[in-house]
Amino acid sequence: MTDATVPQNVAPPPAEVEDVELYHAHSWITKYVFCQDAKVIAIQYAGTAITVGILALVLSWLIRLQLAFPGAIPFIDATVYYQSVTMHGMIMVVYMLTAIFLGGFGNYLIPLMVGARDMVFPYVNMLSYWVYLIATLVLVASYFVPGGPTGAGWTLYPPQSILTGTPGHEWGIILMLVSLVLFIVGFTMGGLNYIVTVLQARTRGMTLMRMPLTVWGIFAAAVMALLAFPGLFVAGVMLLLDRTLGTSFFMPSLVELGERKDYVGGSPILFQHLFWFFGHPEVYIVALPAFGVVSDLISVHARKNIFGYRMMVWAIIAIGVLSMVVWGHHMYVSGMDPWFGFFFAVTTLAIAVPTALKVYNWVLTLWHADIHFTTPMLFALGFLVTFVNGGITGLYLGNVIVDVPLSATLFVVAHFHMVMGIAPVLVIFGAIYHWYPKITGRMMDERLGKIHFWITFLGAYAIFFPMHYLGVLGMPRRFYEMGETAFVPASAATLNIFITVTALAVGVAQAIFFYNLFRSLKYGAPAGGNPWRAASLEWQTPETPPGHGNWGKHLPVVYRWPYAYSVPGAPEDYLPQNAPPVAGEHSP
Amino acid sequence: MSVMGLFFISIFSFAMLWLARQGVFASHWLEEGDVAHYRPDAGKEPPPPAKVGLAIFLAVAGCLFSLLAAAFFMRGDAPDWQMPPIPGVLWLNTLLLAGSSVALQLALVAARRANVERVKTALLVGAATAGLFLIGQIWAWRELLELRFFASSNAANAFFYLLTGAHALHLIGGLAALARTTDRVRGAGRVTRELTTSVELCAIYWHFLLFVWLLMFAMLIGWADGFGVICRRLLS
Repeated sequence: MTDATVPQNVAPPPAEVEDVELYHAHSWITKYVFCQDAKVIAIQYAGTAITVGILALVLSWLIRLQLAFPGAIPFIDATVYYQSVTMHGMIMVVYMLTAIFLGGFGNYLIPLMVGARDMVFPYVNMLSYWVYLIATLVLVASYFVPGGPTGAGWTLYPPQSILTGTPGHEWGIILMLVSLVLFIVGFTMGGLNYIVTVLQARTRGMTLMRMPLTVWGIFAAAVMALLAFPGLFVAGVMLLLDRTLGTSFFMPSLVELGERKDYVGGSPILFQHLFWFFGHPEVYIVALPAFGVVSDLISVHARKNIFGYRMMVWAIIAIGVLSMVVWGHHMYVSGMDPWFGFFFAVTTLAIAVPTALKVYNWVLTLWHADIHFTTPMLFALGFLVTFVNGGITGLYLGNVIVDVPLSATLFVVAHFHMVMGIAPVLVIFGAIYHWYPKITGRMMDERLGKIHFWITFLGAYAIFFPMHYLGVLGMPRRFYEMGETAFVPASAATLNIFITVTALAVGVAQAIFFYNLFRSLKYGAPAGGNPWRAASLEWQTPETPPGHGNWGKHLPVVYRWPYAYSVPGAPEDYLPQNAPPVAGEHSP
Repeated sequence: MSVMGLFFISIFSFAMLWLARQGVFASHWLEEGDVAHYRPDAGKEPPPPAKVGLAIFLAVAGCLFSLLAAAFFMRGDAPDWQMPPIPGVLWLNTLLLAGSSVALQLALVAARRANVERVKTALLVGAATAGLFLIGQIWAWRELLELRFFASSNAANAFFYLLTGAHALHLIGGLAALARTTDRVRGAGRVTRELTTSVELCAIYWHFLLFVWLLMFAMLIGWADGFGVICRRLLS
């Protein structure tokens, strides 16, 4: 423990960086459209991500309708089904989750939470959004080209992804690959910004070990993303060359429709290595920001400091490092050397250790806390339960011998939807309910929020719990139609109908959220600067919503960590990060 | 895969060292108030954000080239693999790129001594040699294409074009930055602190691209074949 009291005559520590020359908008266009203010870019990122997310949600309905009522809806043929599966997966993972966590929350929260005026490279930041938007448009454009979007599955495995017979092999696959390459270029610009801002633009007193865990999560995710996305980039460019120039990076010699193709000796496994080298870290690129946000939500709404702050930071770093060396567990059935399977199983299961540490710490933060069941808190708790659920099925699938029979069944689908679909989405909702008052100055409706939570939370379980069971029965994923099978009983069809009806209902119920979101803009109760009585820096801005430059005339000075809740002797039950220490105050 | 292993070990150790220096092992969350003492390099100026940004970009580009190299070695195990003959002009290109790197380093030295004329000359020489390097690369491509080594006829040819092409694109991006810097030096007429930083960033980027090119060249002419053999021996 250090000194409880700090001498008052000490001058504030020197600024980490001098105040930068701020970019100023001169017209409506540069203020709201081509804007370099991170807060506006954040809203643009999040708006675009949510819009394509809704498209992907509708696509999931098409998939579910076909699975429950095969052939009943005339326009869902095998082509549409495979295109829906592919686009749903790719949009949700890359264009929705990655973009909203890093581009949306990252842009909004990093400068505010570390006490910066803006990102360090505002122009590059703006460019990042516009390249992302173009990537999204290119992807959506594939619906309007001959043959439609690609139906290769979101993993885009060659050789099938570029051969006749796969929907969209003419143009869809080309647009998909071009779009991914653009996305990565745009993301690299954004990622550079997040990292350098965290490293270089922190305000006085904001040391690395005083940053909120949200910033730690986003920071670690951005580092991982910058190291993992090149894998997809290389795979995408090489597959594009195979498709357009006829090179043989991934394409083996093969006969297609009775005709010998010119491809020789390419290695489809090489593509899988490159793809999953990106694909697995991607899970944690989505999960780490969610971990960070949840830590903050739980701490604020339980009025208690986060348990084991240092452990939480190191767990984030450990998860980030480990997740770069586990990609092989997506390839257990690719015929790899058993020793590699052994290696990847060990690293995969090892990730459970830092992850479990985090779960324990969240639970211990809640222990004996003053829990307020606000909407953000409900979503955070929902995440906690869901993540543990999805994580436990991950332990099954991480073992080679259990994975082999379960591979490519609905069990896998249920697992990854729980752990990286539902869990992060719950966090996104919780985070929106939590930070909405700061972004707009008004509260969202609590009652509607709670109704939204319970429908979404229980609905998600009604959808994905039975799916585990279907998977254990051996029902394969990605099949357009089951037809007559001996191993899938007739009752499975009933269960499929139940899942589909629930999925439709839960999807439609999201309208409550959007109604609340837009109605509160105008009619929400005025929030004031700090409605949750939170200690971290973003709630201490002089204006709400924060003005251009965030901090008025002077950058804030930080005197403590962001989790000073229920501090004995403090005038309120929390101490803001930038409140000067008072004599006699105790360290946490 | 061993290429990626090497790359990650170096990135990881660098990151850890840096985090440690930034006080990630200190217990600042336990402390109240002034933590002016926490900066290990207190008193020294922090590096400009652009320099940190460039360092991180180099890590990303390094990751990209390492992955390409890993793919090169993995694909190279297949029986159909047949490296194309290496055009002799590549040796000259290597000299040109090295010369370009040296010129930019001299520009940096001159900038630190505030010798604006020397900076201008050195930047122009650097840009010219880099431009000649690019022309030489195109020459090498043409030579191979005339000998009918097409990208579609063998994966090794395709890798040759892909690797040199990716490197050339990075260099073209660098030339754009270099052109901007040169333009600013001419406009300013004297060496300011920002300009020195600009020249320094260009020089660092050029050294990086030279380093990548040397490794890539070694791979293409087959000097790195032993590397694959060593790795296989280590793994089996």
